[in-house]
This record gives sequence, C-alpha cells and structure tokens, in this order.
Amino acid sequence: MYAQMVKSTGEGLKSREDMSPEEAAFQDKIDADIKIEPKDWMPEGYRKTLIRQIGQHAHSEIVGQLPEGNWITRAPTLERKAILLAKVQDEAGHGLYLYCAAETLGVSRDDLTEQLLDGRMKYSSIFNYPTLNWADMGAVGWLVDGAAIMNQVPLQRTSFGPYSRAMIRICKEESFHQRQGYDIMMKMAQGSEAQKRMAQDALNRLWFPSLMMFGPSDADSVHSVQSMAWKIKMDSNDELRQRFVDQTVPQAEYLGLTVPDESLKWNDEKGGYDFSEPDWDEFFDVIKGNGPCNVDRLAARNKAWDDGAWVREGLLAHAEKRAARKTAAE
Amino acid sequence: MSKEWPLWEIFIRGQHGLSHRHVGSLHAPDAEMAIKNARDVYTRRNEGQSIWAVEAKHISASSPSDKGPLYEPSESKVYRHPTFFDIPEDVGAM
Repeated sequence: MYAQMVKSTGEGLKSREDMSPEEAAFQDKIDADIKIEPKDWMPEGYRKTLIRQIGQHAHSEIVGQLPEGNWITRAPTLERKAILLAKVQDEAGHGLYLYCAAETLGVSRDDLTEQLLDGRMKYSSIFNYPTLNWADMGAVGWLVDGAAIMNQVPLQRTSFGPYSRAMIRICKEESFHQRQGYDIMMKMAQGSEAQKRMAQDALNRLWFPSLMMFGPSDADSVHSVQSMAWKIKMDSNDELRQRFVDQTVPQAEYLGLTVPDESLKWNDEKGGYDFSEPDWDEFFDVIKGNGPCNVDRLAARNKAWDDGAWVREGLLAHAEKRAARKTAAE
Repeated sequence: MSKEWPLWEIFIRGQHGLSHRHVGSLHAPDAEMAIKNARDVYTRRNEGQSIWAVEAKHISASSPSDKGPLYEPSESKVYRHPTFFDIPEDVGAM
C-alpha cells in the first residue's frame, strides 16, 4: 500500500503463555479496541514496526507530490491548475500529519527525513512510475488515490491513537482526490478520439502498478500475522486488492475504457472478479531502486532538502536572536 | 550543524463557538511561524476561526499509570449525574 511490505518483529505471534504480564495486558487492550496512546506501555516491536509503517506512509505522501507536481504548470485550464495545486498541497499535509504521529513514538522528524534521503527507508513503489501526460493526472487520482483509500479507510480503526487520528483526517480529504481524478478521466473519455486514446493509454500503464500498491500476497507472512494481531494492519493484501478491483472495474466500464487484463472475468461464485497478478519481479526490481523514476525522485527530495537548508537555519537564527533580545530587555 | 525546529502543539477553535481543540503538532522556528504553518496544515477547509500554538515542551501531561488514583474517585459518585434521581413525570420537565 502506501506502506508496502513493512517488516514486523519477524518472530511470529507470541502465544499467551509466552507473553509477559505487560504484553498480555497490552494485547487485551488491543483486543478490546482500546486505543494505545504514546505514553502507554508498548512492546518494543510494536513501536518499531509502527515507526517503519507510519514513516513509510509519510514518505509516500511527500514523494507522491512529485509525479503530480510535474503537471501543475501545464494543467489545461486555470481551474484544473488550482484544483491540482490544492491536491498536491493536501499530500504535503498528509505527510505532515503522519510524521507527527510517528514522532509521538520517539523518533525525530529530521531522523525520518534523513532515512528517506539516504535510502534506508522506502516509499510506495507506485511513485517510481512517470506521469507522461495530462490523462495520467486523472488516472493517478482515480486509481492510485483509490487504492490508497482502500487501505486507509480500515486504518482509521488502527490501535495506535495518533495514527488512527491522522488517518481520519486523511480519509476526509482523500475522497476529494479520487473524485477530481475521476472527473478528469470522464472529461477525457467523453472527449475527442485523441483524448480517449490518452485516457486508455494512462489506464493501460497504471493498472498493474496500482495493483502492486497492495504488495504481494501476504497470506503466509509472519510479519503480517503479527501486525494484524496488533491491529496496525487491518486486512490482508489480497483482500484489499480484490476489493479494489471489484470497485474499479465498473468505474472503468462507465468510462468506456478497457482494463488491460484479458483474464479479467466476473466470478459469480466468489462474488468478485478474477484477475491477473501483476508482474512481481518488476515490483521487487522497483522496490530495489530500479524503477523508471527512483533516481529522479530521490534526487528531487535531496535537492529540496539541501536547497532549503539556508531557510531552516536562517529562520532558527532569527528566532534565537529575537528570543535573546527579549530576554535582554526584561 | 543542522538543528531541528521545536515542536508545537496546535489547538483550533472551529466555526460554532466551541472550545479550542487539539488537532495535531508541527515544527516551526517560533510562535509566529507556528501559527502560519498551522493555518496551512490544519485549516485548509475552513476548519478554524482561531489558532493556539503551544511549544510542546511546555505541556504537562498526566501519566497513564496515574489513571486509577486520578479518575477512580469519580466512578463511585453516580449521584453526580442527573439520571441518578427519579423525578415523577407529573413534575414536568426538570
């Protein structure tokens, strides 16, 4: 998802007998849907896994600004430009809400940023694909934000209070994102032949990368079993992917576009679509750093961080000077 | 040499005259910038009429382990709630 393949303790689930009294009390709270707050006792593995997951989620929001920011200056109308600008600004906001949530676990914002910049922490694979034309803005909002919503709506009920509250704020805004994307797709799909071709081309290129956002099947993953017991992961990757396909296929049909999967077929028995798996070799290759835009994305974040250093330092120096002057006057 | 901006907790009063409510935190070099940043981060959709920014280090918080001693005394005092008293219907609204 926005957080893919987050590793947990890797030790598998502890049985009740193996838990310390503190761990058992902690698990009881989670089972009773009582939120865990930053000052409450928590197992070290829970804290570390959450930092990884929330951090990766935050990084995805921030890096996710780049593919769309690419089109702000070239939006076809002033209205579209204002809307896209508002959307990209929201992504920055989402990143900030999530960094705040991660910070309550005792990690610093700058530490998280540095881990993104030097490649120790990841962001979602989807943002390593390029946005080649305006139709991609529609497809990103519709598919990428649509896939994000699938994952984020259940996470509103996650066990960690600050994460849950951040997800509630984010979900309120996410629906605007998906609708603005679909609005672009409707315009293109109902437009000229050339516009229709662009819309279909965007769907062709972004369909499988969107399915990859949920991550490979985690039916046998010890990490996922632990994360689900802790309620920091609410559904399996396959469940979310199925839900996304079932919701999205009729939307593509409404647009008169064809989902680029010959095996796509309604399955009456399971009450959902059968569909092809994305190319997982490609996914692992992108995660490793070999996607079409990995190098560009990290270079852009590093440049922004380095170019902004004088602003961060200057404002702090100004604040310190003013504080010192105020103290002297008292 | 890089030094992190301090953390601020942000409180916002919404449209309908309710109290300021905690909405989240952010980093800023000083109070003025904290309020400006809070405007951008937390009020993009008319959520607020007024912003308070408090540097996080100035907030004192109760400890979770004090939960028992702090809140238990009120649990046994059900008579503090109006529903404790049975008032005959004939008396009318009260």
